[in-house]
Amino acid sequence: MAVTSPPKLDAQKLRADFPIFEQQIHGKPLAYLDSAVSTHKPRPVLEKLKDFYETSYANVHRGVYTLSERSTAEYEGARHKLAQFVNASSDREIVFVRGATEGLNLVAYAWGLVNLEPGDLVVVTELEHHSNFVPWQYIAGRTGATLKMIELDDNGELDLSVLGSIAAEGQVKVVANNLVSNALGTINPIEKLSAWAHEQGAIMVVDGAQAAPHKAVDVQALGCDFFAFSAHKMCGPTSVGALWGRLDLLESMEPFNLGGHMIRKVTFEETTWGEVPAKYEAGTQPIAEAVGFGAAVDYISEVGLESIERHEHELAVYALDRLAEVPDIKLYGPPADRRAGIVSFNLGDIHPHDVAQVLDLEGIAIRAGHHCCQPLMQKLGVAATNRASFYLYTLPEEIDRLVEGLHKARTVFA
Amino acid sequence: MSDFYREVILDHYKNPRGHGVMESPDATAEGMNPLCGDEVTISVALADDGETIDEVKFEGRGCAISQAATSMLTEMVKGRSATDVATLPKEELLEEIGIPLTPIRLKCALLGLGVLKVALHRAKGTPLPPEWAGLASELEIS
Repeated sequence: MAVTSPPKLDAQKLRADFPIFEQQIHGKPLAYLDSAVSTHKPRPVLEKLKDFYETSYANVHRGVYTLSERSTAEYEGARHKLAQFVNASSDREIVFVRGATEGLNLVAYAWGLVNLEPGDLVVVTELEHHSNFVPWQYIAGRTGATLKMIELDDNGELDLSVLGSIAAEGQVKVVANNLVSNALGTINPIEKLSAWAHEQGAIMVVDGAQAAPHKAVDVQALGCDFFAFSAHKMCGPTSVGALWGRLDLLESMEPFNLGGHMIRKVTFEETTWGEVPAKYEAGTQPIAEAVGFGAAVDYISEVGLESIERHEHELAVYALDRLAEVPDIKLYGPPADRRAGIVSFNLGDIHPHDVAQVLDLEGIAIRAGHHCCQPLMQKLGVAATNRASFYLYTLPEEIDRLVEGLHKARTVFA
Repeated sequence: MSDFYREVILDHYKNPRGHGVMESPDATAEGMNPLCGDEVTISVALADDGETIDEVKFEGRGCAISQAATSMLTEMVKGRSATDVATLPKEELLEEIGIPLTPIRLKCALLGLGVLKVALHRAKGTPLPPEWAGLASELEIS
């Protein structure tokens, strides 16, 4: 099969779309290497938000007046864009949520509380963000189910050889994993896990927060049942995300939040639920943010997800190569061909906060901490790591500056 | 950059004063900043009057600010009374540290002082104002 590589993107040119880069930090150009936690916003998204509020805003699905219709059309239009973005079978499979965290909580509560029984197994991995770990730990505790862990190998990749022995221990009901690890950048074998989950009669729940911004996502090809992602990590506004779920599952599940809009009929005696996705969208939604989410998806789709993935891969290769030059550095995670644009490391005994502080004074923003992955940090035997993460606006020169900054940090703390 | 990591801070970080453990201390407590994993354990020996701080030792690991601040603290409080330390304002330590700290780093800087105040509060019943009790619970001081 002939493989044509996607067009190379021009990060320098794209940066002009992002007003945040027009400033200096401590007198230096901002090198923002923390996109895994949240990305910056391009003008088309910012302008869409402003334009929507100024010309089309009203509450949705309520009024019979023109403005409400216009607002509803924009809101539902964003749902359609998201459905296409992940290759959903129907727009109804997209539920607007506050973010990936709320999407995963929705599944844990609405599906887990009802379907899990004592002795059932909920399988998560050591790589999970707290958002796909804590809800399952909690709901397993509430229902008497047992939480099982897929462990990591020395490369920071999942060791799937344990699947057989897990299956022998009981009825697996849920398998939960992120497509891309926010802490190590590991790209996980969701297709394999989905197939295994379905063999067990389990549902496959994917935290897509760290994947959706960086690579083309096809939920049909992944074979999963739920896929949650957040707008703010993909050039969109905060406080909105999407949960994609298989329609039959969304229809069979109980609601999560109760209140206005999610009902069919309310009487003093009882309430019946509205249709999917309204059933899961109680109360006034983050309307403008959802519309902005649609604009963000337009923006990154126009840049091209394949081009973004290629750009980040090249940056990851370059970063792993350059960082390896720094004495006393310890790099975590898999080789570049199996990781996204995320590099976690420690610099000798220097605490990540001190490293990040030295870098900040050079105008370089990186993450220092546990990355909402305390179980993983425990596994790695560290309290925290430094993490540099890249996006479509990241330049190789910024990785050079990072390396220079690390040399400086070593000098300061030597 | 050298403005931030002042020479004196780096010196205390690299050569911590009062580092070590104490056998049968008169007061002791430990704390951990869950945000960054900084850990500090402080032990105090009181003079025969049961009030004057005779010796302070600490053990810990973490960022330069947390460890240097605790090292500076051990020098600051030696010879002072427990009651005096209980009411010691955080500003006195921050002045000694002498660099502007963001709210996150402020917690690193105050970890040691919080641990010391809790140690004295538990051993001597010295007052622990709400501000410090709040910090103590945030920094898992016990």
